[in-house]
Amino acid sequence: MKRVYVNEEWCLGCHLCEYNCAFANSGLNDMVKALKGKTIFPRIHIEGNDKISYAVSCRHCTDPICEKSCIAGAITKENGVVYIDQNKCVGCLTCILVCPFGALSPNENGVMQKCELCLNNSCGEPACVKGCPNKAIVYEKR
Amino acid sequence: MKQYVIIGNGIAAASCIEGIRSIDTEGKITVISEENHPVYCRPLISYYLEGKTDSEHMNYRSSDFYDKMDCQVIYGKKAEKIDSSAKRIILDDGTLIPYTSTCIATGSSSFIPEFEGIETVENKFSFMTMDDTLALESVVNKNSKVLIIGAGLIGLKCAEGLKNRVAKITVCDLADRVLSSILDKECADIMQTHLEANGIEFILDDTVQNFDKNIATMKSGKTVEFDVLVLAVGVRANIELIKDIGGNFNRGIIIDTKMQTSIEGIYAAGDCTESVDISSGEKKVLALLPNANMQGKCAGVNMAGGNETFEKAIPMNSIGFFGMHAMTAGSYYTEAEGGEVFEVKCGDSLKRLFTKEGYLTGFIIIGNTERAGIYTSLIIERTPLETVDFEMLKLHATSMAFSPEIRRNKFGGVV
Repeated sequence: MKRVYVNEEWCLGCHLCEYNCAFANSGLNDMVKALKGKTIFPRIHIEGNDKISYAVSCRHCTDPICEKSCIAGAITKENGVVYIDQNKCVGCLTCILVCPFGALSPNENGVMQKCELCLNNSCGEPACVKGCPNKAIVYEKR
Repeated sequence: MKQYVIIGNGIAAASCIEGIRSIDTEGKITVISEENHPVYCRPLISYYLEGKTDSEHMNYRSSDFYDKMDCQVIYGKKAEKIDSSAKRIILDDGTLIPYTSTCIATGSSSFIPEFEGIETVENKFSFMTMDDTLALESVVNKNSKVLIIGAGLIGLKCAEGLKNRVAKITVCDLADRVLSSILDKECADIMQTHLEANGIEFILDDTVQNFDKNIATMKSGKTVEFDVLVLAVGVRANIELIKDIGGNFNRGIIIDTKMQTSIEGIYAAGDCTESVDISSGEKKVLALLPNANMQGKCAGVNMAGGNETFEKAIPMNSIGFFGMHAMTAGSYYTEAEGGEVFEVKCGDSLKRLFTKEGYLTGFIIIGNTERAGIYTSLIIERTPLETVDFEMLKLHATSMAFSPEIRRNKFGGVV
């Protein structure tokens, strides 16, 4: 299956992926309205220092430990994609406790969210990839 | 055709069904469910009281789960005995169910100590099941004064769930601190202060001497008036089925890494079993949902003729009360036991990392729990700390602490 992969040699640490992610998942069609003056809660995060940076988002693991550990049965895997049902999530953060990549974080309401490859939003393909100016994030089969 | 019988209908049972079906789509699966509910998320009962979820959203699997898995569920019946020589299960109504292989997934039950005068208390409840929860809900109102015995995970989540529905909540415990099984004294004090600020009252280092209807008299002489009593002292693994037929048990049912008990054809998974805690090497009951899920799946695969092992169990908890989160994992060794502890305090957050012989063995984090799974994975995978930048990890959980090669695999490879 196609997943989002990161090449840290090409990442500029510009954080554009975070903004594109937050916009794609905002449900709005105007980026300014969606993001201006707001604290954003993206599903991808840049980590690193002044020399190295890279983007972290859900790895859609072959055998996801978050799915097995979710106390609400809110995390499922379908056709290789790991989804979270936000109506079932109670915000216990067990998924944060077990994800070895640090790929999950809560939204503004304390409900967990994660990268779902933009399959369920209006972008239709990973917005982080589409907007990456240096093609450090790619969406492909490996 | 193989006949699988799963005794119990909790998390371990659900993943056991999935494990079986990942190998064998033909065999007959029968589930014996003492509770009259399809598999639900037991840890959510406090969130139900709090109004953060409802019975529909608490279902662990979709409503067509048993149909899709082609399995029959017998509700409201209890397995009385396993006849291992004839390979059949005897139910409490006398029904006999033959099996090729069976999985004991009977979970655990509340342990209720013998308090003097407990029989005079009218409204008393355990807090383990959906039915306990519905019964408790049916008696509480905005004037209720609730006494909870036990300041552990169950007692405190119950307190949080009830807080906005009752007038007063008092929690007592024999231990000198809250959450004594997972927090040390200093961390427990932080959590207790936070719980008190949210209106929960505590009587610690004390126990009930006797009950007289709606008055509890403590050993210290204090009295507590209440009209609803919740007993959350502790839980015991339900091991009777294996004990009665001479199988190996300790505090929980003893299983190997394939989830097989000491008796051929009988597997066990979930809260009724003992696992090896790889952070300490000790065998213990690790009654945790992730464990139940992974053990159940492993048992199911092996029952169906596959070959899987599960040996990465550790104690771990993510628990929050009134907006403050605590995460704990693994084992905490003292200096006398050859351990070292590193502590970072930052604002309202506190983090303790416990190491021994070059490995991270445990942690306690209160407050900022970002990316804590990176620490958990170091414990589970027994990653030698010399291979990571531990100085960096003391400050932040970040993949920057791994070598570039490992990090590139994590984010550029299939994992």
